[in-house]
Amino acid sequence: MIQINNVSKWYDKFQVLNNCSTVINKGEVVVICGPSGSGKSTLIKTVNALEDFQQGDIIVNGISLSQKGIDLPKLRSRVGMVFQNFELFPHLNISENLVLAQIKVLKRQKTEALERGLKMLNRVGLSTHKNKFPGQLSGGQQQRVAIARALCMDPIIMLFDEPTSALDPEMVGEVLDVIVSLAEEGMTMMCVTHEMGFAKKVSHRVIFMDHGAIIEDLKSADFFGNNKKISPRATEFLSKIIQH
Amino acid sequence: MNLDFSFFTSAVIKSFIFKGLIFSFQLTAVAMIGGMILGTFLALMRLSNKYYLSLPSSFYVNTLRSIPLVMVILWFYLLIPLILKRPIGAELSAFITFTFFQAAYYSEIMRAGILSVSKRQMAAGQALGLTYRQCMSYVVLPQAFRNMLPLFMTQTIILFQDTSLVYAIGAYDLLKGFEIAGRNFNRPVEMYLIAAFLYFVICFSLSKFTKLIHQKIKIIH
Ligand SMILES: Nc1ncnc2c1ncn2[C@@H]1O[C@H](COP(=O)(O)OP(=O)(O)OP(=O)(O)O)[C@@H](O)[C@H]1O
Ligand SMILES: [Mg+2]
Repeated sequence: MIQINNVSKWYDKFQVLNNCSTVINKGEVVVICGPSGSGKSTLIKTVNALEDFQQGDIIVNGISLSQKGIDLPKLRSRVGMVFQNFELFPHLNISENLVLAQIKVLKRQKTEALERGLKMLNRVGLSTHKNKFPGQLSGGQQQRVAIARALCMDPIIMLFDEPTSALDPEMVGEVLDVIVSLAEEGMTMMCVTHEMGFAKKVSHRVIFMDHGAIIEDLKSADFFGNNKKISPRATEFLSKIIQH
Repeated sequence: MNLDFSFFTSAVIKSFIFKGLIFSFQLTAVAMIGGMILGTFLALMRLSNKYYLSLPSSFYVNTLRSIPLVMVILWFYLLIPLILKRPIGAELSAFITFTFFQAAYYSEIMRAGILSVSKRQMAAGQALGLTYRQCMSYVVLPQAFRNMLPLFMTQTIILFQDTSLVYAIGAYDLLKGFEIAGRNFNRPVEMYLIAAFLYFVICFSLSKFTKLIHQKIKIIH
C-alpha cells in the first residue's frame, strides 16, 4: 500500500533522511521509534507530502509522490494524520471540526458529513461533547476528537506522530485504547511512539531510526523478543526507554 | 465666560449635526470593511515567499504608513480626477482614500494575526486535504482575526477620529457640522465642547463594545 524507496532529504547541507526504504502493507501496524531528532516525524510527514524529499520515491496507493502535478489535497484527504499537539481548530466546535474537511474536500452534504462525524465521535466515546469547543476538552479528549476527525475522511492509512507524548500520564491510556481498537479492526497504521508497551501490543513491525536512517526494520516479535537480533544502538535505546 | 447651550435644539441637530454624523459613520464603516478586505490581501501577499507579491505589498504598506493622512487625502483628491479624467467629489474621494489608507494599517495587524496562528494549524488543515487557500479561509484567517480583534477595533476608533481630517477637502463630516452650526449661532466654544463630548461618547462606547465582543468570541485554549 505504501512504498518508501531510498528516500533522502536535506535541510541545506544537513541530511534529515538518509536513504530510507520500507513497505507498509494493507492492514499492517508499523511503529517507528528512535532518539529525538532522528527524523521520525519527517519520515512520517513525507508520506502525506507535508514534507518533501530530494531523492528516492514514495508510492501511496499507486501514486508516486515524486511526480509533478499530483492532486495533493485528494491524496492527503485519504491519509489520516494525528499530531502530537492534536491541532484541532480552536475557533470551531467539535462538530464543525469534524465536518469541515468532509464538506470542503470530499464535497459531502452537510447532513451526511454531520452524521459521519457523530458516528466517529461516538466511536471515540465523546458524542456528548459535540457542541463544545476544543479548549473545553481535556488533552486526551482532544486527541480522540482529532482521531475521529481523521477517520471521518475514510482514510486508507492512519499516521500518528507521537499521539500521546503531549498528554498527562493519566490520559495516555484512553488515547492508546482508541488506537488499539483501530488496529484490531485492521486499519493500516504508521505510528511514531515511545510507548513501548503499546508498541509491543499492537505493532506488527517496528522501525528504529537514528540520524535519519532506518537502522532496524523488524517483526515486532523479533524486535522485542530476542535482543541479539537488534543492533547495539537499538538495544541501548530500548533499555533507556524501558528504564524510563 | 458664559456658556449658553440653549440654542442647541433638536432642529439644530437635525439640520447641522445629523448629516455630518451619518457621513462620519459611513466613512468609518466603508473604510473599515474595505480596508480589512484589502488589508488581508496585502498581508497575505506580504507573507508570500514570492518576491513579486511580497515586495509590492511591503512597498505599499510602508509608503502609506509613512505619509500623514491629511496629505494622502489631499493627493488622492487632486490625483484621482486626473486618472479618471473627471471630478469625483469630496465624499467619494474620501471613501476611496480612507479605504486605501486604512488597508495599510489593517494589513500590518492582519499580518501579525496570521503569524500568531501556529504553522501546525496550517499543516493540520492540509493533512485533511484542504488546499492552502481553504486553510487560510477557514482555519488561519478566522483565528488571526479573533486574536487581533482588540487591535482592529483600536485602529477603527482612530479611523473614526481621523474622519475629521476630511476638512482638508471640504467634505461635510461630524466636526464640520459642529463648526458650521457654531459659526451660525456664534457659539463656537459651546459647539466644540459638545463635539468633544460626542466624540468621547462614541469612541468610549466603541471600545467598551469591543471588549464585550472580544470576551464573547475569544478562543479558549
Ligand atoms: N525546518 C527545519 N529546518 C532545519 N532542520 C530541521 C527542520 N525541521 C526539522 N529539522 C531537523 O531535522 C531533524 C529531524 O527532525 P524530526 O522532527 O523528524 O525528528 P524526530 O525524530 O521526530 O524527533 P522528536 O523525537 O524530537 O520529535 C532534527 O535534527 C531537526 O532539528
Ligand atoms: Mg517528532
